[in-house]
Amino acid sequence: MKVRDTFHLYVHYVSIQVKSKMQYKASFFLSAMGQFLVSFNVFLGMLFLFMRFSAVAGFTYSQVLLCFSIFLMEFSLAECVGRGFDTFSTMVRKGEFDRVMVRPRGLVLQVLGSRFELTRFGRMLQALVMFVYGVTKSGIRWNGAKVMTVAFMLAGGTAVFFGIFLVYAALCFFTLEGLEVINIFTDGAREFGKYPVGIYGESILKFCTWVVPYALVQHYPLLYLLDYRTETWWSFVPLLASLFLIPCYGLWRLGVRRYQSAGS
Amino acid sequence: MKKYFSFFSLRFVMGLQYRAAAWAGVATQFVWGGMMIAMYQAFYQTEPEQFPMTFEATVSYIWFQQAFLALFAAWMLEAEIFESIKDGNIAYELCRPMKIYPMLFARAAAMRISRAALRCLPILLFAALLPAPYGLRAPEDLVTFGLFLTTMVLGLLVTVAFGTLIYTVTFFTISPEGLRLVATTVMDFFNGAVIPLPFFPDKMKQVLELLPFAAMGNVPLRIYSGDLAGKAALKAAGLQVLWLFILTCCGLAVMARAEKKMTVQGG
Amino acid sequence: MIQMEDISKSYKVAKRNGGFKEACRTLFRREYETIRALDHISFTIKDGEMVGYIGPNGAGKSSTIKILSGILTPDSGTCLVDGRIPWKDRVNHVRHIGVVFGQRTQLWWDVPVADSYELLKDIYSISKDTYRHNLEELTELLNLGELLKTPARQLSLGQRMRCEIGASLLHEPKILFLDEPTIGLDAVSKLAVREFILRQNREHGTTVILTTHDMQDIEALTNRVILIGKGRVLMDGGLDQLHRGGANIDETVAELYRSYDI
Repeated sequence: MKVRDTFHLYVHYVSIQVKSKMQYKASFFLSAMGQFLVSFNVFLGMLFLFMRFSAVAGFTYSQVLLCFSIFLMEFSLAECVGRGFDTFSTMVRKGEFDRVMVRPRGLVLQVLGSRFELTRFGRMLQALVMFVYGVTKSGIRWNGAKVMTVAFMLAGGTAVFFGIFLVYAALCFFTLEGLEVINIFTDGAREFGKYPVGIYGESILKFCTWVVPYALVQHYPLLYLLDYRTETWWSFVPLLASLFLIPCYGLWRLGVRRYQSAGS
Repeated sequence: MKKYFSFFSLRFVMGLQYRAAAWAGVATQFVWGGMMIAMYQAFYQTEPEQFPMTFEATVSYIWFQQAFLALFAAWMLEAEIFESIKDGNIAYELCRPMKIYPMLFARAAAMRISRAALRCLPILLFAALLPAPYGLRAPEDLVTFGLFLTTMVLGLLVTVAFGTLIYTVTFFTISPEGLRLVATTVMDFFNGAVIPLPFFPDKMKQVLELLPFAAMGNVPLRIYSGDLAGKAALKAAGLQVLWLFILTCCGLAVMARAEKKMTVQGG
Repeated sequence: MIQMEDISKSYKVAKRNGGFKEACRTLFRREYETIRALDHISFTIKDGEMVGYIGPNGAGKSSTIKILSGILTPDSGTCLVDGRIPWKDRVNHVRHIGVVFGQRTQLWWDVPVADSYELLKDIYSISKDTYRHNLEELTELLNLGELLKTPARQLSLGQRMRCEIGASLLHEPKILFLDEPTIGLDAVSKLAVREFILRQNREHGTTVILTTHDMQDIEALTNRVILIGKGRVLMDGGLDQLHRGGANIDETVAELYRSYDI
C-alpha cells in the first residue's frame, strides 16, 4: 500500500513536470537538441580518431561504440530521473529545501519529484542509434545470457550514476562552492567512459572497480559480451554495482542531519 | 580606456572570490588532463606509427590546454549576457558612458583571465613535477617561448573577439539559446577542444587550420609543445592577427547596427 | 500548545572582507565567527492564540520558525509542539502544521494552481471528501474561483498570496506559521488576507504565529506580541503595551528597538 501510494505520488510529480515543460516547447526542443549536439561532438571526435587508428588496446571501433552507447544510456537515464539531485545546489540556495522539509513525505522522493528531465531523450536517441550500429557490427554472438547482461548493465549503471548525483547533493549541505570536483565523476565519466575503463591502465581500472564501480557496468560485462570472459557469473557483475548506492545514501543522511543543525 | 580597465579589475576580483571553487577547478582539470593522457597513451601504444605528434608533445599540449582552459573554452560564453540581450536589459548599458562593444569585450576577457590566472599555476606546477614522459617539458628555446606567449595573447583576443561577435549577432536572432548552442558546439569541435587539430584526418586538417577556430588555443599550445615551429608557426601567428582584425571589424559593424536598432525601436 | 524552553542556537559564519589582497588571502585561510541567533528563548503559546513575532532583521525570527517547523535542530533547550519534538519526528509533525513563506512560493510555477492543489492533496494524503470540502470553503473565502485555472506565474502578488495561503490550509493544519504574509501586497489584498486569517482563527481555532515588519498586521490580527532582538525575548505581552504613550505603533516599536539597542 505504502509503496503504491509513493509510486502514485511520484507519477503525479512527474506529470506536473512534463506539463510545465510543455509550456515552453521551443526551449524544450532546443535543450534536447543541445544534449544531442554535445554528445554528437564526442562521437565525431571518436570517429575521427578511428579514421587514423584501427583499434585501441584490442577494441575495435564498433566495440568501443557499443561500450559508449550503453554507458551513455545509463547516464541519460540516471540524469533524466535524478536531475533533482543534480540541480540540488540551486534548491538549497533558493531555500526551496525548507519547503521540502515541511512536507510529510520522504526527502529523496520529493527531491526526485522536483525535476524530471525529458530533454535527456535527445541524448538517449543518439545512444540508441549508436547501440544498434555497435550491436550489428561488433560481431557479438548473442544469446539469452548476453541480452540479460545488457539489461543488468543498464540497471547497474543507472544506479551508479544516481549514487554520484546523491553524493553531489549531499555535499551541497556542507559547501555550496567547490562542487565542480564531482564533475569528474559525472561529465568526466561520460566523457572517458566511452572507452572501456581498462584502456586507461591498471590503477584507474582498480579505482573504477573498488571505489566508484564504473568498470562493473562497463569494462567487465563488455569483456563477457565479447567472449573474452566466459563464466556465466560475469553477467551478474553489473548488479553488484548497485551496492554503491548504500554509502551514497549514508552520506545523504549525514548531509540532511548537518542541514538541520547548521541551517542554510 | 581607464574605465574599461576598472570594469576589468572589478570582474577580476569577483572571479577570485570563491576559493573552494578555485581549488576544485584545479583538481578537476588535473584529473581531466591525466585521463586524457592515459587515453592518448592507449592509442599510442596500440599504433605508435599512426600518431601525428610525438607523445611528449601531446602531453604538453594537454597540460597546457587544461591549465588555460578558461582562456579558450567555448562554454565561457555567458548565458547572462545572452539573457540580458534577449530581455532588453542590455539597453540600460546605453545609459552609462561606455560603448557596448568594448564593454562586452573587456568583460569577457576579464572573466577568462581571472579564471585562468587562478588555475593555471598549480596545474602547470604539478604537471612539471611529473616524471617523463607524463610531465610538462620546458620549451625548446627562448624564441619558442616568446612566440608562445605572443600567440597566446593573440589566441585569447581572437577567442574573445569571436565570442563578442556572437553576442552582437544575438541582437538580431529570435533564439539566443539556439545561437549559443550552435556557437559553443562548433567552437568546441573546430578549435581542438574535443581532439587536438593534428589528430583530424589530414585533408580536413588543412582546411581547418585556415579557419578562425584554429587561430584560438590551437596555435600557442602547439608552438609550446614543439609541434608547430619555424615558418609554419609564423604563418599561424599571421593568421591569428588577420582573424583578430576581421572578427573585431565584423563585431563593431554588427554592434553599430544593433545600437541603431535599439535606440530606434527601444530594444 | 507550543512550549519553547531555553532554546539556544548559534551559527558559524565565514568572515569575508573586501579588497583585492583579502580576496587572494582567503584563498588559503579563512576565519570564522560564531553568531548567537537564539539565546535562551522561552515562551508558551496556547491553542487558538494569535501571536505576532516581531523584531528587526537578523533578530532570530526565522530561526525560531525553522525550529518550530522541524527544519532546524537547536543546540540546547526543549521544544514541544502538541507533545511532539519537531525535529525528532519531522514527518508526523509537519502533517499538522502549515507554513507560508511570504517571499517564496510553494506553488508549481508553470501549471494552473488547481494542479498544484491536486498534488498537495497527494502529498498530504488528504481524503477525497475532506479535500473537496476544504477546497470549496477556501475557494469561497479567499475568492479563488478563477485563479485556480491560472498558472501561478501569471498571478499578481496579491492573487498569488491568496493561493499560497489556501495551499497551506488544504490539510487543515492546527498551527499556521505566516512569515511576512503581506509583504509587497496592495491595500486591498492586505485587507483581504488579514480578514481571512482572522476568520480562520475564529472558526477553526487555528493557532497562528505571524512574523512581520508591518505593524498594521500586528494591530489588526494579534492580541499578543513577542518582541525579539539579538536572539533574546525582550518583551512578551499584550498589544496595549505597545500603545503606551498613545503614539503611532510604528514609532513605539522603533523606540523600543532603540531602547534595547538592537
